[in-house]
Amino acid sequence: MSAPLPEHPAGPIIGPGHTFSTVTDKISAVVLTRKTPIGWFIGFALSFSLLMLFLVAVTHLVFTGIGIWGINEPVAWGFDIVNFVWWIGIGHAGTLISAILLLFRQEWRTSINRFAEAMTLFAVACAAMFPVLHLGRPWLAYWLFPYPNTMGIWPQFRSPLMWDVFAVSTYATVSLMFWFVGLIPDLATLRDRSPSRVGRGIYGILAMGWRGSAAHWHRYETAYLLLAGLSTPLVVSVHTIVSFDFAVGVIPGWHATVFPPYFVAGAIYAGFAMVMTLAIPLRKIYGLEDFITMRHLNYMARITLATGLIVAYGYMMEAFMAWYSGSPYEEYMILNRFSGPYNSMYWTLIVCNVVVPQLLWFERVRSSVVALFAVSMVVNVGMWLERYIIIVVSLSRDFLPSSWGLYSGTVWDWSTFIGTIGLFLTLLFLFIRFLPMISIFEMRTLLPEAEVKEELA
Amino acid sequence: MTRRPAIYGLLAEFNDPNELVSAVRGAHAAGYRRLDAYTPFPIEELSEALDMHRNRLPLIVLIGGILGACAGLGLQYWTSVIDYPINVAGRPLFSLPSFIPITFECTVLVAALSAVFGMLALNGLPMPYHPVFNVPRFALATRDRFFLCIEATDPQFDRDATRRFLERFVPRSVSEVEH
Repeated sequence: MSAPLPEHPAGPIIGPGHTFSTVTDKISAVVLTRKTPIGWFIGFALSFSLLMLFLVAVTHLVFTGIGIWGINEPVAWGFDIVNFVWWIGIGHAGTLISAILLLFRQEWRTSINRFAEAMTLFAVACAAMFPVLHLGRPWLAYWLFPYPNTMGIWPQFRSPLMWDVFAVSTYATVSLMFWFVGLIPDLATLRDRSPSRVGRGIYGILAMGWRGSAAHWHRYETAYLLLAGLSTPLVVSVHTIVSFDFAVGVIPGWHATVFPPYFVAGAIYAGFAMVMTLAIPLRKIYGLEDFITMRHLNYMARITLATGLIVAYGYMMEAFMAWYSGSPYEEYMILNRFSGPYNSMYWTLIVCNVVVPQLLWFERVRSSVVALFAVSMVVNVGMWLERYIIIVVSLSRDFLPSSWGLYSGTVWDWSTFIGTIGLFLTLLFLFIRFLPMISIFEMRTLLPEAEVKEELA
Repeated sequence: MTRRPAIYGLLAEFNDPNELVSAVRGAHAAGYRRLDAYTPFPIEELSEALDMHRNRLPLIVLIGGILGACAGLGLQYWTSVIDYPINVAGRPLFSLPSFIPITFECTVLVAALSAVFGMLALNGLPMPYHPVFNVPRFALATRDRFFLCIEATDPQFDRDATRRFLERFVPRSVSEVEH
């Protein structure tokens, strides 16, 4: 069928000297036999403390009400929506890596797709916290779904907020299934290799009796490919619908047709930055440089650069359309971003998202782990600021000067936000401890021995 | 049906995918039909060698998607036009453009659910017990070994003749699979 992979100028996607058994043993050992590194305990303890901060913030919120946050009239959407969009955007890179790169047959995705998908799931979980908590009465969140109720009413299906409910819940469900289906063969590997009875039992139940039958693989691959094909338009639709939350409104700075593509690109940009932020320390701590190679980091850096340029184009278009529209409100909005009360944040955002990522043009930056980590952190911050600017600047200065007002997050806003970072990292630490963070069976297919030679067969 | 054979089948273990694929082709050519191969990763050539061309999954997913789309649009139509018509800013009761996003999400949701549960159902999973696991070496099927099982229900199956047949392919081992 296909010729053996030639030496790639950018380096191999899997280190030399590996066989089916070494790949299996090395990845499964992280979960099954290797001593858990001390770094894991420190990291888990820190993340868990942040998660407890989240617990405190949410408890206080539920007892007191959302008045403890900084939101006010006119800025009724503050940190909660900023964080919602930020988190859900981060999740998008996971689906992009697992679905879109699969359809494009980008084999290098294999060693990063598993934990990128896990990252998607956890980011969506963090994102979902915010709109629910913002309801004020989160225990009534089920009112969002259309169910026959004694009040005799239905949700407003013409509202983008309602579209969001369907988009995010579908996205969470499909991401969970995609991730779990990808895990089944690896759970079977863990079942067969776990030294403990409990491990064999739990992994065995989760693997559902997977035995690697050729007939099963045949349907499995079809299902996986179909899921990838379904996830691809889904991921684009999710951030498009998130952008509709803004674009359908008439607020200056929101009512723009560029929003859907600009939001989707921004989501992928933020997500790849987050994948790099996580992958760089992970491969170091667990010694997985053979599987997550410099070539992977180099490619992720290029995607970050490309999507970063689309985002930069979005910023230019916002400014251009504000001028070209001839609307005094739009013009004022952009001037207010440049020089208004939030201008320091705006210019920091431009530095973080437009200026700093240009370093990725240089091969030397792309081949330095430290530089890549630094750039990805800067992008994470920049993308958070972007959502802050879009939401807060526009709301704080709308059409009537009499209804202007400023906004800043309170200590509870920050606690909730930092708390979800704790939730995210706690889930991630548990994931890398108990499940294989790299897809073992897909790594096996990348080995040269996996090739069936026609003349022999 | 007929009485149950004494064993489930014979399991041959191979070192690499090429040996397995040629053994499967050989067994198929020799007329064996009740056979299955077990591998640590998907091997495209095996589906051809085992004559597996039909796969109902895409059709199931298509039907799921269509049902999802109808259910999503139907829900919005019925609630907005029939059950509780309400005039929102003069928009038509049946505001099709506004109903597209939710229809799309429902399509994807039901299609994806059909893909996953359809795959599991067609594969007969979850399956708490299967005879091949009685062979201790079978644990390597999820690591680095490739297995071919000729089942005893095959009309051509004969405990000794089939074992001799499998040994022609020089497997690492041939073991009998208890029920």
